[in-house]
Amino acid sequence: MRCAGIRNDNYSCEVLMPLKISTRTTDDELKRKVREISGEIFSKCFQCGTCSGSCPMVEHLTTTPRRLMALLQAGQGEALEKVNTPWVCASCHTCMVRCPRGIDIPKVMEALRQIVLRQNINRIEPSNLQPEEIIDLPQIAMVSGFRKLTG
Amino acid sequence: MKIAYYPGCTLKTRAKNLEDSALAAMKALGIETEELPRWNCCGAVYSLADDDLIHIVAPVRDLIRVKEQGHDTVVTLCSMCYNTLARANHLMKNDPEKRKTINDFMDEEPDYDGSVRVTHLLDLLRDDIGWETLKQKVTTPLKGLKVAPYYGCTLLRPKDVAIDSADNPMVLRHFLAALGAEVIDFPGAVECCGTYQVLGNPDAALSVSHNILTDATKHGAEALALACPLCDYNLGRKQDAMLSKFEGMKEVPIYYFTQLLALALGIGEDVCHFELNRAISTDLLKTKNLLRAAG
Repeated sequence: MRCAGIRNDNYSCEVLMPLKISTRTTDDELKRKVREISGEIFSKCFQCGTCSGSCPMVEHLTTTPRRLMALLQAGQGEALEKVNTPWVCASCHTCMVRCPRGIDIPKVMEALRQIVLRQNINRIEPSNLQPEEIIDLPQIAMVSGFRKLTG
Repeated sequence: MKIAYYPGCTLKTRAKNLEDSALAAMKALGIETEELPRWNCCGAVYSLADDDLIHIVAPVRDLIRVKEQGHDTVVTLCSMCYNTLARANHLMKNDPEKRKTINDFMDEEPDYDGSVRVTHLLDLLRDDIGWETLKQKVTTPLKGLKVAPYYGCTLLRPKDVAIDSADNPMVLRHFLAALGAEVIDFPGAVECCGTYQVLGNPDAALSVSHNILTDATKHGAEALALACPLCDYNLGRKQDAMLSKFEGMKEVPIYYFTQLLALALGIGEDVCHFELNRAISTDLLKTKNLLRAAG
């Protein structure tokens, strides 16, 4: 199955379609949590795709930011669990400064990360870093990486 | 002008070439700096979760140290530190409810109200020194050096703390022009280097950094000038990995803007620590007769 707008072959796009959206597949609790942690009203998104067009990481994403916003609006928790978007997001804030609806998308990504990280699930394991990497990396890389990708 | 100086962790270790060149240049320009006593790590990234105030405490403590020291302005050199301190400051100034929570939590500290001016050396040079004054102090113009300004993310976004326009920034262009360099504009100047994804998704970070360098050289740049030690790592240090991964990749010298500043002010090469940059960075300056030929 072909995924429009996604250029990287490393990731499977199967999770995206088809999606059956009904009251039974809608996770209102997830929507509430994201709303609470991010402080953002993501229902304002009108799917223009400016975020996807601006994202420097877009070719490494399984799901573009625009599509992620649609999944979130529809409360598609199961699909959202499978996408890599919040984990590849570099919090560069380009989408945020360009969003015509004024949505702070990096905050939405942070909320999706936090929901996982707060269950003590790490995305990267600091103990797996090699000593030569640790010596080489600037501290800001490690501090920011651990802040964003570990619980 | 006497102001507080916040170094941040990386400047004391990996980025001595940023710190030493900046301190010497500021001194030469009459900016008297006093390093914050007992400064702590700013946290490197500003907390984006609305309910996470605990990570705002560290940068706010640093800002309280500025007040304690008797200063009302603090200068930063690392763009990540700038962003984190400036955003924490913005929150303390504009969100009374969160300000109260944070102040109540830090009951051993005096209350803080966001009244410190958080600057980056680049906006200090623009707003307090001025490009004309800077130009007059240049003794070694960087003639013939084709440099592309690279801003990255944290100096320009979000708008609340941006030192310049997010889409069309000019501060580095004017800075480099004042030093006598030939400025090469390129669209990648405001794009992200991949930042902390060097840990999470190293291939993705390498690829976006490679795109930036390719874009710069395509536009005729011989080198890049930047302000952030993490950008320097992704765009500079990681070039070894890029050279082996991407065919036809051209090595690009990367400089901290402060190294070029110190060089142009004729302060001496020692404070620039070019030995910490890629070897090609020194080679380029030598071919332009901007460095002593010896060594």
